Amino acid sequence: MSAEADQVDGGRRHFLLVATSAVGAVGAVATAVPFLASWRPSARAKALGGPVEADISKLQVGELMKVEWRGQAIYVVRRSEAMIAKLASNKANLRDPDSAESDQPDFAKNEARALKPEYLVLVGVCTHLGCAPLGKFEPGDATVAADWPGGFYCPCHGSKFDLAGRVFKDVPAPLNLTVPPYSFGPNNTLIIGVATGAA
Amino acid sequence: MSTADTQNKVGTTGLLGWIDARFPLTKMMREHVTEYYAPKNFNFWYYFGSLALVVLVLQIVSGIFLTMNYKPSAEGAFASVEYIMRDVDWGWLIRYMHSTGASAFFIVVYLHMFRGLIYGSYKNPRELLWIFGMLIYLCLMAEAFMGYLLPWGNMSYWGAQVITSLFGAIPYVGTSLLEWIRGDYYISDITLNRFFALHVIALPLALVFLVVAHILALHEVGSNNPDGVEIKKKKGADGKPLDGIPFHPYYTVKDLMGFVAFAIVFALIVFFAPTVGGYFLEAANFDPANRLQTPEHIAPVWYFTPYYAILRAIPNKLFGVIGMGAGVMIFFFLPWLDRSPVKSIRYRGGLYKTFIGIFVISFLMLGYLGLHPATTTNTYLSRVFSILYFAFFILMPWYSKVDRTKPVPDRVTFHAH
Repeated sequence: MSAEADQVDGGRRHFLLVATSAVGAVGAVATAVPFLASWRPSARAKALGGPVEADISKLQVGELMKVEWRGQAIYVVRRSEAMIAKLASNKANLRDPDSAESDQPDFAKNEARALKPEYLVLVGVCTHLGCAPLGKFEPGDATVAADWPGGFYCPCHGSKFDLAGRVFKDVPAPLNLTVPPYSFGPNNTLIIGVATGAA
Repeated sequence: MSTADTQNKVGTTGLLGWIDARFPLTKMMREHVTEYYAPKNFNFWYYFGSLALVVLVLQIVSGIFLTMNYKPSAEGAFASVEYIMRDVDWGWLIRYMHSTGASAFFIVVYLHMFRGLIYGSYKNPRELLWIFGMLIYLCLMAEAFMGYLLPWGNMSYWGAQVITSLFGAIPYVGTSLLEWIRGDYYISDITLNRFFALHVIALPLALVFLVVAHILALHEVGSNNPDGVEIKKKKGADGKPLDGIPFHPYYTVKDLMGFVAFAIVFALIVFFAPTVGGYFLEAANFDPANRLQTPEHIAPVWYFTPYYAILRAIPNKLFGVIGMGAGVMIFFFLPWLDRSPVKSIRYRGGLYKTFIGIFVISFLMLGYLGLHPATTTNTYLSRVFSILYFAFFILMPWYSKVDRTKPVPDRVTFHAH
């Protein structure tokens, strides 16, 4: 063996090591992208998440109707005049009475949280951990509380919402129930998934 | 051909010699089984490590056979489980073994962890061993959670709904993270399919890898024992620990006895009470998943309820999730929270014994409370026990240091039978 062969160029080895590692790391990250991205909702899942139409002509005052949209139950409640009038009195006990932090289209950022106060449209998924809140519209319902003003009650962790889906204080749910984008179509139909008037 | 290049270092001949020249079979057997010296004073608490290994094998074998008839789709999952239960020869037995095995796994793992706790098995030099064990525990929780969705019963569905929602509490990225995990806007066929992939391939692989790492770490540092005495410090003329005995045959025989007792109880549950009154298999899961109808009362399976109770105790979504996560993750820090000069509870003082008593009561009470509806009283109790639960860990650097300990003997205490 010649003396030349025994000579190790440390600087060059170090450079090659760092350069190879860096290129390898970039390659590994780039390869991970398609795998991680494959977990996102697929084109089919997105297409199935399109708007749905519901006939609300037969919905009676004080009744709750469930419509399925994106696998979630959308609650449609036809509120009575008395129910709407009572909303203002809940204000002091609510966490987010003006829906400042909650999720709803701009047209629903009002006390009734609705386009037309008569119809309340909500995503029937508790903002705590996604259970389905129950409609407990009768004031003083013994299954909730003696001073219950009427609204929604989540059986999983005891979250309470008023008749506009606004969350009460001292319950685990952080926000008001979500209002989905919706609009009213011709012939008493409700279109869920589109916020504009176009059907 | 000369024998020189095929001679092996362990001196075996014949077929074994041929193998040993090419693969370290005898070497590994000696290192990990026949010449692995374990302390001679192991007691009842030392059954649960080997039992956990037995249950792992049972779950893998029964799981493989379940996948042969199970259909991982929203359309077919529930019906395929019914098919396994009714039409497949012995399918009910395989399925009940798998479902009972899940709970059995947590029972033996909790007892195994408790053993580590009372005898200080997480302390120097076994910190990494403890961390591998904790990673196994985390993996096991993920494995159990994902497996629970597969029968596509209503409790499966809503349990997954609640637990995946936890990620939605993370500020800013919560919603997109949630859609990424579910692969849809809700728990759907897509979610079920990916949970199936993780449950049958990814997590079991990780589990097996971690179990190997756990055992290698154990055999590197050596087993702790009920006295918390390092047996490697007192070695005989032959270089073997004076208080050590070979794992085989002494502990293989002992563990075999433990296995027989375990198998009797296991068989009794599988054959006579596979649901254990709704604790191992919840009643609501005998209805198919219905995304428009939440079960009356959602409770996770018993092994998650202590953490679930912590989640419910905190009246703020994000902090609730953090509290729940901290309840699990805090175990990782035990080796550094404990400042006691002794390992075993036998030589610790009254302060430590009081705190560990409080911890055990809190863990059991939280487990009980997590199974029951969140009434006002229950929520209040959950808060009290959550505080006590965390107090055990957070105050540990203080009480473990000031506690009056007893002198630790040089050798293990052992009475020949």
